[in-house]
Amino acid sequence: MNKQVVSAFFAGLLFSVGLVVGGMTQPSKVVGWLDFFGDWDPSLAFVMGGAVLVHTLLFRLVTKRESPVVAEVFQVPTRRDFTPRLVIGSALFGVGWGLGGFCPGPGIVSVPTLGSEALAFVVAMAAGVVLHETMDHYRSKKRAAKAAAQRAVADAS
Amino acid sequence: MEHFTPLASTIGGVLIGLSATLLLLFNGRIAGISGIFTGALYRKPGDWGWRVAFVAGLVLGGLALSLIVPSLFAVTYDRTLPMVIVAGLLVGFGVRLGSGCTSGHGVCGLSRLSPRSLVATLTFIGTGAITVFVVGVLGGAS
Repeated sequence: MNKQVVSAFFAGLLFSVGLVVGGMTQPSKVVGWLDFFGDWDPSLAFVMGGAVLVHTLLFRLVTKRESPVVAEVFQVPTRRDFTPRLVIGSALFGVGWGLGGFCPGPGIVSVPTLGSEALAFVVAMAAGVVLHETMDHYRSKKRAAKAAAQRAVADAS
Repeated sequence: MEHFTPLASTIGGVLIGLSATLLLLFNGRIAGISGIFTGALYRKPGDWGWRVAFVAGLVLGGLALSLIVPSLFAVTYDRTLPMVIVAGLLVGFGVRLGSGCTSGHGVCGLSRLSPRSLVATLTFIGTGAITVFVVGVLGGAS
């Protein structure tokens, strides 16, 4: 547990350096990158390109191991289905990204600047997360109740 | 185009790729920031400490760098605070509904050739571009 905390901390630290050096904590650069029809700044394509290139190669090497260094198992998503939630959620995220110029990582990294934009963004983002988790919680509770009711009907007949 | 920074951005990207690899190699976890952040908000025994530590690393890295090179945190755009608040709500809700953000889908997902992440990434870049275009046309950026 303690080792996991240490390695995660250094991973977070390195991630923040990458975001800042790459230009992701300058929301005007993010907006400039999304401005394909205007004064386009292609820089951020190099951030994603560099990250994907490195991680594609190293992901294959790392997952050849039996298990991670300080954890029991690799927990890698395996779903391959396309759902409305995936597309609608990503679409909403994109609108917010273009509107504010922040995605979650750079927002969190910018909190210590105490800039009003970064603070407002991260607090609102946390509220958006909590709103979704609360709705999801009631949705799955409702679904479970419905399934239980259906089972009861099936048992009775 | 006067602010084009391909070299710095590539170096930043490489560091992000190395960080995601570090988290996978040591913790066996995907470096999806929205998922890690959400887990840090909800305390769960045994699956909480590493999430808080990762977020703390992000914040402390941000603190150190903002003191050394404040220019890399410049907020020079013209979005109003209400716009930024709406943006935050949409980002928070959207990344959870869509199961990931730029890091989880855009970096980690694309690196393992996940078709879901490809769809997600194309979608959020697409709606992001449309939003920037619409805001520009409406002159909200004034």
